[in-house]
Amino acid sequence: MDLDALAGCLSSSACLVTQTTSGLIIGMLLFLVAVGLTLIFGVLKVVNFSHGAFYMFGAYFAMTSYQLTGSFALAMLAGAAGTAILGLIFERVFMSRVYGADVLMQLLVCYAFVLIFDDVVRIIWGPEFKSMGMPAAFQVMPLFIAGGVVPPYYLLLIGVALIAAIVLGIGLSRSRIGKVIRAAAHNPGMVSALGINTGLIYGGVFALGGMLAGLAGALAAPVRSLTPGMGFSVLIESFIVTVIGGMGSILGALIGALLLGLIRSFGSLGFPLFTEGLMYLFMVIVLVSKPTGLFGKEAA
Amino acid sequence: MTRTRTPGISRRSTLALMGAGAMSLAAPWVARAQSKTIKIGMPTILSGRVAQLGTSSRNAVMLEVEKVNAAGGLAGRQIEMVIRDSKGQPQEAARVSRELVNTDGCELLIDAEASSGAFAVHEVARDLGVFCIHTNSETSALTADPKQHIPNAFRTARQGVHDSIVGGSYAAAIAKAKGLKKWATCSPDYAYGRDTTAEFTLYLKRFAPDVEIISESWPKLFQPDYTEVVTKILQAKPQALYSCLWGGDLTSYIDQANIYAMFGQMEVFAVNMADYTALTVVKNLPKGIHSGNRYIKTFPTTPENAAWGDAYKAKYNEYPTNWSWENATAVMLMAEAAKKANSADGKKIAETLKGLTIKCPFGADGTVTMRGDDHTLVGYAIGWGTTIPQEPYVPEVKAGDWKTIFELEAEWKKSKGYT
Repeated sequence: MDLDALAGCLSSSACLVTQTTSGLIIGMLLFLVAVGLTLIFGVLKVVNFSHGAFYMFGAYFAMTSYQLTGSFALAMLAGAAGTAILGLIFERVFMSRVYGADVLMQLLVCYAFVLIFDDVVRIIWGPEFKSMGMPAAFQVMPLFIAGGVVPPYYLLLIGVALIAAIVLGIGLSRSRIGKVIRAAAHNPGMVSALGINTGLIYGGVFALGGMLAGLAGALAAPVRSLTPGMGFSVLIESFIVTVIGGMGSILGALIGALLLGLIRSFGSLGFPLFTEGLMYLFMVIVLVSKPTGLFGKEAA
Repeated sequence: MTRTRTPGISRRSTLALMGAGAMSLAAPWVARAQSKTIKIGMPTILSGRVAQLGTSSRNAVMLEVEKVNAAGGLAGRQIEMVIRDSKGQPQEAARVSRELVNTDGCELLIDAEASSGAFAVHEVARDLGVFCIHTNSETSALTADPKQHIPNAFRTARQGVHDSIVGGSYAAAIAKAKGLKKWATCSPDYAYGRDTTAEFTLYLKRFAPDVEIISESWPKLFQPDYTEVVTKILQAKPQALYSCLWGGDLTSYIDQANIYAMFGQMEVFAVNMADYTALTVVKNLPKGIHSGNRYIKTFPTTPENAAWGDAYKAKYNEYPTNWSWENATAVMLMAEAAKKANSADGKKIAETLKGLTIKCPFGADGTVTMRGDDHTLVGYAIGWGTTIPQEPYVPEVKAGDWKTIFELEAEWKKSKGYT
């Protein structure tokens, strides 16, 4: 434990700014993955154990498209759009067959695809780790805000994730499609009886979830090394986020992800040997005091 | 017209069969020579996160075995490699090794496992008495600890303590010249990371006593994000940073530290940087990272080494790794020992191998030696230099001095109670 370092940091604006942005970027990427997970669970009632694979594919799609076109914007688009299509296909062809099946069955299908997707990446891109490289536009000196260091790329990353969160939040609560999705989550039988194609909604939600994870992967690609299996560690943390925030809650995912990011960034100063443990400890505290998570609804 | 022959044995094939029979009667040595093939078993990691290193071990072994076979084989016996995947799991490495000897009839073993697996294979070698050469484990204790010593096991991998001595003295010289007193460390949180960092700082402080470690970070192995570690180090404001992160972890770390402009703010010493697997992957490699040599075809700067690196690249379309040269050296040593002993028998090879010096592209002076008293490789090229973002990546490598290494290694062994 190094509480002096933590106290020293909390009393210095430079350190506070640096560590807070560091926590925010970890949190925001985590949010993009976790929100897809929570969305899919909320509507489809399936715990998508293979969700990390979409993060991985997003990163690889972005890298390949960046290598081919040299355009960062196209790379982000390829990461998001590619995983959306993949999500749709995956849901229609495989996942739709196990709705209503035993949870164990769903878990097995998802886990099988964790392994299959990892091998697919290995076959297409090779087993060795890859790096996409930072686009030239962002190879600039970091900004100094109140003495703290903030890389411009991370501002973009936080911005994109924030926009995604706002669009998603407003879209689901205000738009007609959002209302249909929420209705389908609540009572799919009734929605179907009203003549709405629930299959399409399910596929769409899965695609959206995949797209968000893919976008996270694409945004992370310039700063994280790409390797088969890279989705797994992100998936575990996303699960912690959804458990803390409450399964099915978008706001919960946002708050949970940001809290986790901040725990990591400040925890590494105060508890350098217990940073990982701190996350789980926090999860335990939340679960004991509020078993449905911070923003989870009580089961009806 | 379509069927002129009746089914059954044709005249032609009967003749061919008779001919073959006559051949084998007339030249029985052909058949016998083939049965004299010697099988060498090789457990290594061909799947999972470090598969690339295992594959590069296999590639290097095959490259050398082809040469040995073309030159007549191991004391006249053609080598047949039996290579199995251990998936990087020690228990699997042990099981596979046993199977290679007991079921597949391998007479010799090349253990191309990482340290965790190597200790497991070592026990199998102890139990079965089979000749075994460890090619990848750099953990010093594997050969330095007398408890581990068995007459039939050797190591051709570099040794952690050698690296630390050379790295420590190199870093200390720079620390003194540039006045770098405040140091931070950032290494993966497992045995290799902890031990290597401790040994490095031990020798750094020994050569430059006023060095002070002001910040330590221990990210998890294979952690995807290092941002909090990067910013923590920036807060501590050290003058220099040591890291033994490797592979994808190191490249992630560099990409993430880069956008914080970390490399302009401190001298960085990353022992595992100068390996082609990392050098060729990082897109924006900062200039001037200090690194130990892993495998680089420009060090030692000999035509033999460059030719070996190029031959490997021509065959496999990628550069060799640190594990590649270590495995190639094993085959070279075995071939030479078998030639000297005029036998492919494991016991005889082991006897001849003790203290054997051979010409080798990876030797500091063009030769390497299998030291007799602890069965480990010495005299290999070892040094540190700074990186540039394009080939040759490490233009100048400052070679470590083997005399100093031997002195300090002996002292280290004594302090550990090994001698």
